[in-house]
Amino acid sequence: MEATFSILIGLFFAVSVYLVMSRQIVRILLGIGILGNAVNLLIFTSGRLTREVPPVIPPEAVTPLEATANPLPQALILTAIVISFSFFAFLLVLAFRAYQELGTDDANEMRVAEPVGDAAPPQGY
Amino acid sequence: MATPATGVDLARAIVIDPTLPADWLVVAPSILTILGGAICLMARKNTEAQPRVAILFLTLLVLACGGLFVHVLDKGVVNMVMGRWLPPFGIAFTADITGAALALTASIVALAAGIYGAVDIDTSGRRYGFYPFLLLLMTGVCGAFLTGDIFNLYVWFEVLLISSFGMLVLGNEKEQLDGAVKYAVLNIIATTLFLISTGLLYGLFGTLNMADIAIKTRESGLTGPLASIAVLYLLAFGMKAAAFPVNFWLPASYHTPRIVVSAVFAGLLTKVGVYALLRIFILLMPQARIALTDVIALVAIATMITGIFGALAQTDIRRLFGYLVISGIGSMLAGLAIGTTAAVAGTIFYAIHSVIVMTALYMAAGIMHSMGGSYSLRKLGGLYGASPAFAAVFLVLAFGVAGLPPFSGFWPKVILVDAALATGHGWLAGTILLTGLLTSIAVGRVWVFAFWRGGAEGTVDGGAVALPAADPVLTRAAVWLPLGVLLTLVVLLGVLPEPFFQISGRGASGLVDPLGYVRAVFGGSL
Repeated sequence: MEATFSILIGLFFAVSVYLVMSRQIVRILLGIGILGNAVNLLIFTSGRLTREVPPVIPPEAVTPLEATANPLPQALILTAIVISFSFFAFLLVLAFRAYQELGTDDANEMRVAEPVGDAAPPQGY
Repeated sequence: MATPATGVDLARAIVIDPTLPADWLVVAPSILTILGGAICLMARKNTEAQPRVAILFLTLLVLACGGLFVHVLDKGVVNMVMGRWLPPFGIAFTADITGAALALTASIVALAAGIYGAVDIDTSGRRYGFYPFLLLLMTGVCGAFLTGDIFNLYVWFEVLLISSFGMLVLGNEKEQLDGAVKYAVLNIIATTLFLISTGLLYGLFGTLNMADIAIKTRESGLTGPLASIAVLYLLAFGMKAAAFPVNFWLPASYHTPRIVVSAVFAGLLTKVGVYALLRIFILLMPQARIALTDVIALVAIATMITGIFGALAQTDIRRLFGYLVISGIGSMLAGLAIGTTAAVAGTIFYAIHSVIVMTALYMAAGIMHSMGGSYSLRKLGGLYGASPAFAAVFLVLAFGVAGLPPFSGFWPKVILVDAALATGHGWLAGTILLTGLLTSIAVGRVWVFAFWRGGAEGTVDGGAVALPAADPVLTRAAVWLPLGVLLTLVVLLGVLPEPFFQISGRGASGLVDPLGYVRAVFGGSL
């Protein structure tokens, strides 16, 4: 089970790295979206997968009778999902505003902050 | 607390004793800033009240961090777990000397920026939320310095990151959007890498509590998975700290926002990355640091050299200072590469110095802009004639950042060079000294062109000085007061270094030998 998930996670990472290395901002954003999901799956698998054992304690016992599904990775992923979702939303707006202002979604052409052929500092006076 | 009928012994799961009032100081910085940020957010349209509320809460933050620092110096590491769950189950806030000292420095800088911002940030900037963002940024920064849980550290990184996005695009100008795209994308990838490493670390040890991890890595020794996780952490925090070759987001973005925002960023953000590197590689995984020494040393040398060469090639003083931030990070990484207690103390001292001096330099750049009407070395000139006192202030800051005695940059460099020579890292020592020399040239050139030269480029030497009418706003005390405080600290660190030696030395030995840290978290059980 973990092995299958590991391969799936590797696939997610491969796709996201490929997309993030693109020059188009939209593709980079898609890559970041997939990267976030790859990490969520990774944390989930890191917590080891336990199927079909709900953490229900019988009335006569005080602890679960057998090992139940690990709740901690689920809490971590919940946090990570919220964070990555809000960042993704911000990035989408930022990319759209940048496209409106700069007229391009090609990272190589975004040179307003660092202009090509910027004047060198003065050598003497 | 009454024991339930099931017969479960609660003392085995939660902290029974009530938390000491003084221990609440550990969470006070985060609570105060969130509260202040929320109030500022509610008063979004009341642009007059916002600075007052924010400055009040930032003053409280300085007091809380100061109190915490004194408490930690006095009592040793202070620990508090959320929800009273015993460690390693509850999220722990653990303040040691390193974290508390950096939190105090950061809070002073934030207060200075809050006061400076009252003049530098106009009404629309306030309406778009400069003050809420500043306070929430401080939530993230202080939380990161004080947390004892590695996933919680990730959350604080994200808090400070999203606040920094808001501050970066405050003016909505073309330049800012361009810089923000690069800053945002690269920083999100860096924090995601951090999350990946944390997920794997959890898979390896089944714990997120730093003290617990520190024990378990020392028991397990350096295994293959641990080494991979360490490399991932190095990449993630190297990106956050702006280490070569993953630092291109910094020069692309730091010169674009309002100058007070640049000042806060240059002072705080990269230093949080350095702090996290210290936590991970000195406290949590010392074996991995030993294995990676050569890599970290190479990264440190490359960061120093590329940083200072970048600074020498800049015309815009804001971009020049941005590259100085990078070369300073290189010096701090040198201490990490050496890894002895003395070297780590040098890194901590350097971080404190760098927080103060870089913020002050950017604030000075703002004043230069309002006096001379430009950030370009080609267009500035004659500022000495306009204000000899300010020329002297800038010279002190320039000496401070270059590491010339008797100012703040001198002592950390002395410690680092000494530690490098003592452990046979001659190359690191040489690079630190060379970087110091080149830094003096870079900032000396700023002083010569912007202050000493009679006027803008083309002015005949000794010719008439005709400065553009100085911005009357920037003659107000709200600009000079924060700069004066930071300047005093720069001089104080240089003239009276002894207490800072002790603080950074004690902080470093607390990181190198985790016994005190672990004991504070787990109580007497270890």
